[in-house]
Amino acid sequence: MAESSLDVLLKGSSGQRTRGLLRIIIILTIAAAAVASRLFSVIRFESIIHEFDPWFNFRATKYLVENGFYSFWDWFDDRTWHPLGRVTGGTLYPGLMVTSGVIYHILRLLTIPVDIRNICVLLAPGFSGLTALAMYLLTCEMSTSPSAGLLAAAFMGITPGYISRSVAGSYDNEAIAIFLLVFTFYLWIKAVKNGSIMWGALAALFYGYMVSAWGGYVFITNLIPLHVFVLLCMGRYSSRTYIAYTTWYALGTLGSMQIPFVGFLPIRNSDHMAALGVFGLLQLVAFAEFVRGFLPGKQFQKLLTSMVLLTFGLGFAGLVLLTVSGVIAPWSGRFYSLWDTGYAKIHIPIIASVSEHQPTAWPAFFFDLNFLIWLFPAGVFLCFQKLNDEHVFVIIYAVLSSYFAGVMVRLMLTLTPIVCVAAALALSSVLDNFLVMSKPTAETQAKANAKDAKIYGKMKNPVVGIYSYFSKAFVTGSLTLYLLIFVAHCTWVTSNAYSSPSVVLASRLPDGSQMIIDDYREAYYWLRQNTPDNAKIMSWWDYGYQIGGMADRPTLVDNNTWNNTHIATVGKAMSSREEVSYPILRQHDVDYVLVVFGGLLGYSGDDLNKFLWMVRIAEGIWPDEIKERDFFTARGEYRVDEEATPTMKNSLMYKMSYYNYQSLFPAGQAVDRVRGVRLPAEGPQLNTLEEAFTSENWIIRIFKVKDLDNLDRDHSNAVAFEKGIKRKRATKKKGPRVLRTE
Amino acid sequence: MPAKRHAASSTAAPASTTASLSSGPATLKSNSSVFDIAGHVWQQYTANTPQRTLLLDAFMAFLVLVGGIQFVYCVLAGNYPFNAFLSGFSAAVGQFVLTASLRMQISDSGATSSSKPSSKGKNARFADDEEVEEGISHERAFADYIFGSLILHFFCINFIN
Repeated sequence: MAESSLDVLLKGSSGQRTRGLLRIIIILTIAAAAVASRLFSVIRFESIIHEFDPWFNFRATKYLVENGFYSFWDWFDDRTWHPLGRVTGGTLYPGLMVTSGVIYHILRLLTIPVDIRNICVLLAPGFSGLTALAMYLLTCEMSTSPSAGLLAAAFMGITPGYISRSVAGSYDNEAIAIFLLVFTFYLWIKAVKNGSIMWGALAALFYGYMVSAWGGYVFITNLIPLHVFVLLCMGRYSSRTYIAYTTWYALGTLGSMQIPFVGFLPIRNSDHMAALGVFGLLQLVAFAEFVRGFLPGKQFQKLLTSMVLLTFGLGFAGLVLLTVSGVIAPWSGRFYSLWDTGYAKIHIPIIASVSEHQPTAWPAFFFDLNFLIWLFPAGVFLCFQKLNDEHVFVIIYAVLSSYFAGVMVRLMLTLTPIVCVAAALALSSVLDNFLVMSKPTAETQAKANAKDAKIYGKMKNPVVGIYSYFSKAFVTGSLTLYLLIFVAHCTWVTSNAYSSPSVVLASRLPDGSQMIIDDYREAYYWLRQNTPDNAKIMSWWDYGYQIGGMADRPTLVDNNTWNNTHIATVGKAMSSREEVSYPILRQHDVDYVLVVFGGLLGYSGDDLNKFLWMVRIAEGIWPDEIKERDFFTARGEYRVDEEATPTMKNSLMYKMSYYNYQSLFPAGQAVDRVRGVRLPAEGPQLNTLEEAFTSENWIIRIFKVKDLDNLDRDHSNAVAFEKGIKRKRATKKKGPRVLRTE
Repeated sequence: MPAKRHAASSTAAPASTTASLSSGPATLKSNSSVFDIAGHVWQQYTANTPQRTLLLDAFMAFLVLVGGIQFVYCVLAGNYPFNAFLSGFSAAVGQFVLTASLRMQISDSGATSSSKPSSKGKNARFADDEEVEEGISHERAFADYIFGSLILHFFCINFIN
């Protein structure tokens, strides 16, 4: 696009239209870039569902597509949580599955037969394009400068903080939820600005959709009331606020209660009480405003303040009273862990054990947001300068979400949109001030990538300000450099950190060629082919969804983690001696036990590294039988080699992991490459299980639970008998001794 | 008309108690003249409110009554069909709120402190209000109202079990 012709176009009477057209083209380009940058994993590997949770969503979607909406709604799944089952239809957020189901049927209607898997894989990138669009709309509400919206859309499209949850194949709730989050906020801002029932109702509708899609809706439920509350405290009440909020609340709450999983929570759970309180408060304030018309006036501010304080006090007291008396459910555990980062570790190990619930390390902010993170405060500062209703919203959102993002890694996701908005506001105001003379800078931009060039090219608003040629060139040049680095950084992060399916692993051979490690699918496929249809598989809960999705076999526990005791049972079976574990396995009808072992390959996310969490969770239920201390050596080390504690060496997990492992190596040379230790020369003995399958790189090992012995011996005797025919003496010796004691 | 008045004044009663409660810290003067003020308000209200707005107010008072009855029933007779109670109650509340919003949007023409005791006041800062009303015509406001009500009742019917 030549600069001169662009100039002519923008100055003429057709400038308005040209700009409109350009803007549409830029938005589309941004959306395309957003989609394209998420396709690394499909190109590198294949069109495959990633990680853990997406496998469940995928399975549920297949169920929905095959059986129709109603049976999906009433779905009772007896192939998970083995003896218990799970009321799946009532315990999931159906938004994601229904969305892809609808897309699937629409495509079928248009006679485009697309595999449901491909829809699931590509849903997240598709929605990220929409997110960029929603971001543009939201930011345009904040700023008069047209560049801000475009910048924000571009940032949102490629920032790694959002890409981390929306690459192709990560078919998770967040995939659509972030779009809904941003769009709901856009509608909300629109409603507050216009004071129209329609915008409020639309915000409520999208809020309802958001509720159906992601548990993070609680963030909106609390942020919007807080916004209104702050507006009230600032004395900015207006009928627009009243209309927007009450419409949103009345419709949104009803809408959210339509989802079976949410049900009565909005009126029972403390998480939602702030919204109700502000709703009541707003009624009172509206009335107070009305009375104000009849009062002398001067005293009114006082009256209003005292009324607010009184109501707030009463409401808070009532809330405490109701919570204490148990009418309203207390705050949920995850919520507590937001305020007290140590809470989960003490009370709910299962929440703490998930890596994405850990506090964020500070480099993660820079890693995920790059230079946006230091533009972010500048943008918030600019909001203070203008401070309309919508800017108050940005400020509140910024403060809250920065705190939350610092507490929990996964909440980085909610921080990302506001960082993009604020950074775009800051950057666009800088550029607007420095880019008045277009020629030199436009040339600079032309060398930048095409998308950015279009963005800058548009900022021709005459602004009084800096005229020095040097400072303009310098500032815009350095900003361009930053933007280029940002693009490079995002691409690098996306391709290296966030595009691995984690079902299929990639590594490099010494000669630089790529090696695909496909042990997971190998093992799951083995299960699918070689075990009866209803063989129960026990594994740690991380792999439950994958087993359900890929191997299609019933599991004992999965990533839903709704029943802590059941998970603790599995943890107990894994961390106890065989004699203790075997009855547990029998009682739960377990046919196969699956463990993940990375020792041969150096794959660090294996079960032995997660083992302490199993111990901790089991200890939470059976503190007398399982003790975390027993798994540490006297010096407090977690060891698996010669010096491991007897409890450790006898635990089922340890035995299964290292069973027969030493046979791979010359005698006495067995090495665990993850933990970097040499193993004892003699491997562990398994009596009650037998090895059924070990994948190519030993990542997955599957053991079959032996049936009861035919001769009614216990398994250790039977094994000893089979091995010990040569060692008759040992058994004979044992025999008489037993007799004598009797 | 008398029925309407009765309903409206019944809602005025709790409202004025709120005023008297909170006017304590404000000034002595307003404290002493709460009833005067209430009477003044009432007179102005009946005098200034256009007929259409009165109709809306009557509807709102009716909704308050319906919601109140449901709530009392729920407290007294137990909340067994909880879905049904919730959808009934929130239909009343939601409709009330929507009507209040509609009233706010269309009552600007009678701007001079036309207001009713059933709680939704007009903003006294007319600057703000004019800004709003510029954007939204009466027809648009009514269409919005219909739109909101349709969504509301769809949800309620779906929720009632």
